[in-house]
Amino acid sequence: MEEITLASQLLQYTITGITIGSIYAMVAIGFNTIYNVTEAINFAQGEFVMLGGLVMVFFRVTLNIPVVFSLPLTILVVTTVGILLDRLAIRPIRKPSVLVMVIATIGASFLIRGAAMFIWGKNPFDLPPFSGRNPMTFWGAVVQPQALWVIGFLVVVVIVLTLFFDRTIMGKALRACAVNPNASSLVGINVKYMILVSFALSAAIGALGGIVITPISLMEYDRGAMLAVKGFSACALGGMGSFSGAIIGGLIIGLIESLGAGLISSGYKDVFALLVLLVVLFVKPSGLLGSVEVSKIRKF
Amino acid sequence: MKRKQTIGKGAACLITVVLVATLILMPVGRVQAAKAYKVGAVFSVTGRASFLGDPEKKTALMLQEEINQKGGINGHLLELVIYDDEGDSTKCALAVRKLITRDKVCVIIGPSLSGLSLAVVPEAEKHEIPLISCAASYKIVTKNPDTGEQWKWVFKTPQSDSMAVEAIYTHMKKHGISKIAIMSVTSGFGASGRGELLRLAPKYGITIVADEKYGPKDTDMTAQLTKIKGLAPQAIVNWSIGPTQVVVVRNWKELDMTNITMYQSHGFGSRKNIKLAAGAAEGVYCPLGACNIAEILPDNHPQKQVTMGYLKAYKAKYNEPLSSFGGHAWDALSMVHKALEAVGPNKAKIRDYLENLKGFVGQHGVFNFSPKDHNGLTKEAFQMVVVKSGDWAIAD
Repeated sequence: MEEITLASQLLQYTITGITIGSIYAMVAIGFNTIYNVTEAINFAQGEFVMLGGLVMVFFRVTLNIPVVFSLPLTILVVTTVGILLDRLAIRPIRKPSVLVMVIATIGASFLIRGAAMFIWGKNPFDLPPFSGRNPMTFWGAVVQPQALWVIGFLVVVVIVLTLFFDRTIMGKALRACAVNPNASSLVGINVKYMILVSFALSAAIGALGGIVITPISLMEYDRGAMLAVKGFSACALGGMGSFSGAIIGGLIIGLIESLGAGLISSGYKDVFALLVLLVVLFVKPSGLLGSVEVSKIRKF
Repeated sequence: MKRKQTIGKGAACLITVVLVATLILMPVGRVQAAKAYKVGAVFSVTGRASFLGDPEKKTALMLQEEINQKGGINGHLLELVIYDDEGDSTKCALAVRKLITRDKVCVIIGPSLSGLSLAVVPEAEKHEIPLISCAASYKIVTKNPDTGEQWKWVFKTPQSDSMAVEAIYTHMKKHGISKIAIMSVTSGFGASGRGELLRLAPKYGITIVADEKYGPKDTDMTAQLTKIKGLAPQAIVNWSIGPTQVVVVRNWKELDMTNITMYQSHGFGSRKNIKLAAGAAEGVYCPLGACNIAEILPDNHPQKQVTMGYLKAYKAKYNEPLSSFGGHAWDALSMVHKALEAVGPNKAKIRDYLENLKGFVGQHGVFNFSPKDHNGLTKEAFQMVVVKSGDWAIAD
């Protein structure tokens, strides 16, 4: 058989790491969107990813709708779930404190997971990749076409979100809520509506993550929790609330996992990622790109 | 004060209701208990191991129906008491205790998981009740690993991991493979298989050049496989269950590593996995019990008849593909059926009967129990198969 050089191996680890890292980054962006407006961590974020994958399987495989239509449909369905989560679990809370909201999202995550188990059962599901299964080879390293879709969608998400937050009134209003909800409501921003928007947005991003990863890794009802943990680590590593931090954090964790598994020991790959996270948090508690001033006035 | 009184009254009411209810329900329960043979079962019907417990429960219920339709066992109906342990060892221990003390069953089938089975072994020994586990680890029946002494009251129906490993290694030896890499998932199943792979390799003259691991929810194993590719072994043995074993096969194909033979554990034994692998599973070998491959067994195979019978009955009743895990419950309950027929609901007699049961043709092998072997199977209980044009084929 052909020999594989160390350089090709390194390239392979990097490609794999970036692909996985992109998914973590998408989950982390979803966390940040809600965190920025409510200061709460949405523990149902991983469930959005899982739903994205499974709903897409339903549209694409069961109903055989082409990707062009099934993808927006899926995002629409999961976004609705996100909106319902806000209306049914978050808004009815009489005295919303961060802790209560966090607990509400934990409850919601169990509910969504249980519902998914009833609807889809416990078996994993497969989704055909968007553009074939024939891998491409670069300098001895293999790239699945779907990996390019994953990375591509992350780039699209980043561009769209940047435009949204910088160029639209609603995006700016969301950012205002992130800085100071009380002052925002004084200038006429409907904070409750903004919370709703943040849940919808983060559900949509989570769903997209689920849709693009399912052709690579399959999807089953209880996958969400692990992705949420990794996404949250990415979030903490990059700095809570920072979008560029989320992306960098996600990619770093993905790369460490992949390189650690390949070069040192696959049994301890999660340890490496979490070790790096701990070290960063010891040295700079606000995360790589988080600002210390902002983290001081945060409640959580 | 007032509040306390209300609580007191409420409690009194509740107690009365419970008492009355018990009095009304008691005689009915007694009449049934006198008639039917009570057999207990604990499966992980929901939770993390539901893929085991769900088909096991369905199989047990199907057998119960079959037996009772034919008039029961020597005129006694078979009454199954099934509890769901949700894959949780505390709930499992409680369920076993409940079966022993409250339901007063004469024999227990299950649990589905090795860890849970190990946890309830002392319970069965203490209460002197036969327990037939549906989990694989050899530790379940072994009291002393050094002498091979077996627990007095505990049996198990699934093949041990060591038998799957021996079946794979025998096949490798036959095909001149001696340099291999192993991959395993960091769960109980993976760790146990990995231990056996490492332990038995020297016996078959096999060198393990890489020992890679991954988590049960990992999304991609390209990194591990790339490392293995660099070491160029002749074969890879992967030991996992769930979606990861499909992802491994896909990554193996994507990385164009098909010239390194891929062996999967017996956990791969479902056609769903071949389908999920989307064509990538071609040429993958794995050791399977006869139950998985009933259709392709030659007609003169000793298990052809029982496995085909089970397959047809299960498909007709539940209209879903057969899972070989249900076969473990089939074996356990059918043995119990035979024992009850021969000796009646006497715990000690059932135990003795099981220990001396020979030539029992089950779903997962021909069982020959003895005081030194409470599993009753050998590596011949596994058949090496290979994936060919999207289905299993018997490997040579």
